[in-house]
Amino acid sequence: MSVLIYTEIAKGKVKKSSLEAVNYGSRIAAQLNTTATAVIVGDADLADLGKAGATKVLKLKNDKLTNFDGQYLTAAIEQVVSAEGATIIIFAHDFTGKEVAPRLAAKLKAGIVAGAVDNPTISGDSFTVKKNVFSGKAVATYSITSAKKIISLLPNSFPIELNGSAVEATDFAANLDTITSPIKVKEVKKVTTELNLPDAELVVSAGRGMKGPENWGMIEELAKELGAATACSRPVADMHWRPHHEHVGQTGVAIRPNLYFAIGISGAIQHLAGVNGSKTIVVINSDKEAPFFKSADYGIVGDAFEIVPKLIEAVKHFKANHN
Amino acid sequence: MKILVCISNVPDTTTKISFTNGDTTFNTAGVQFIINPYDEWYALVRALELKEVQGGNVTIIHVGAADSEATIRKGLAIGADDAVRIDAEPNDAFAVAELIAAYAKDKGFDLIMAGKETISYNGSMVGAMLSELLNLPFVSMATKLEITNNIATIEHDIDGGTEVVECPLPMVISANKGMAEARIPNMRGIMAARSKPLEIVAASASDKLTSITGFTLSKGRTDCKFIDASTPEKLIELLHTEAKAI
Repeated sequence: MSVLIYTEIAKGKVKKSSLEAVNYGSRIAAQLNTTATAVIVGDADLADLGKAGATKVLKLKNDKLTNFDGQYLTAAIEQVVSAEGATIIIFAHDFTGKEVAPRLAAKLKAGIVAGAVDNPTISGDSFTVKKNVFSGKAVATYSITSAKKIISLLPNSFPIELNGSAVEATDFAANLDTITSPIKVKEVKKVTTELNLPDAELVVSAGRGMKGPENWGMIEELAKELGAATACSRPVADMHWRPHHEHVGQTGVAIRPNLYFAIGISGAIQHLAGVNGSKTIVVINSDKEAPFFKSADYGIVGDAFEIVPKLIEAVKHFKANHN
Repeated sequence: MKILVCISNVPDTTTKISFTNGDTTFNTAGVQFIINPYDEWYALVRALELKEVQGGNVTIIHVGAADSEATIRKGLAIGADDAVRIDAEPNDAFAVAELIAAYAKDKGFDLIMAGKETISYNGSMVGAMLSELLNLPFVSMATKLEITNNIATIEHDIDGGTEVVECPLPMVISANKGMAEARIPNMRGIMAARSKPLEIVAASASDKLTSITGFTLSKGRTDCKFIDASTPEKLIELLHTEAKAI
């Protein structure tokens, strides 16, 4: 019995959501008095994995893992699960977690809770864990009854703790000789913005109230001053004022940053479904009856074209006084 | 081309959520159910568009009890040719995937599609599990899909960007926003749906690996603190001192 945590590298570092998963898995391992093994593909400084609580670090090696392909990755992780005798496998609930965790679950016949938001409660044979359901309107407690269990952890559910010490990584050679994926990658288009929206701690989002794409300069400037990612509402993406990957809401990206600024967004329930997990919500709208104010922590009723430039100055002033 | 589209029956987004039986059961009383939007707008509508150009057949499949028939008929009204309902409560993703896989395995579908997740339990699991159970290639979060000479060209969302891939059929695809625009069923479609075939299949053996033991409603935000529009700098101060968000 052991806990295995799948982790990833982005921009030369272990991903934040991966460190959250290692923290999470190591807490479970400590409770069950077993090892917390982090498994990773690729090369980077892996010291943070040990600091986040991994007691063993495995570097998954195989040329077929150079490009992401769920079939290869699932098979490789299955080999690690088998070699390590892992019974609990943790993923971050991100793009990889959403594809590979359920594939692995089907291979292992492991019960899975996708998008957990709290530590599991383990008592004897009972193993329960909570996740958000109905687009954040409720929380459900799931009982996993299979011998092997898989949890994918919703990003930003816990602050990261790096109190442990680094452990030496060892190589794990996966054998994928018998598998040939029919999927051929033709083109990869990376989003060029520095901040990946689902990972962002601060997000400045704007809607139809901005009246046209030519007015987004002040939104981008406010985001830049705050170190925030930019986002938008669905109508704005549908009218091509902003790119599709910036659309947050039920049919777009679901995010849960520490701080969410909604400027000129009325707050339709479909939009709220994608952002109501944010820790603090600020709403700026000229209509004091906008439904979004009912789901906000802070509100300003007024003209965004007057307020946003003042906010930019206020943030600059704040930064000057706090650095 | 034979396409199978998996559809879920979910409460409309605007539904007020409540629970019964000591907060262990979702209260369906008075709830308006719809086809899960990702299954409908993106998977089903794209499947219909492909069929309209290339010919073939679109079957919708649903795991659920008899009360989901209205949702299935809506899928037929939008344009699916026929429907299958597997008569079982859909209360574990793996069990649902096993039931669909058991039905689909010898039917010769060229393409199996599902939405990227449901808006009810937000699991994002059934498509991926189907691919493993049927031993078919899988591409998740597809935003564009074209099929030429039995080869699918798919653009899909990946971590930090998008990727274009090619894969020969048969395969499984989960659909994300961008695949197609919403379609509203017209009167002819609604009339035709009444007489389209809906096959009810008894549930085969399946393994339920998880269960829900209870629900709690999320606490909504109660008080919005308003800051005067003439002093937005106060907001920045409160975000620092009170919310500790910056």
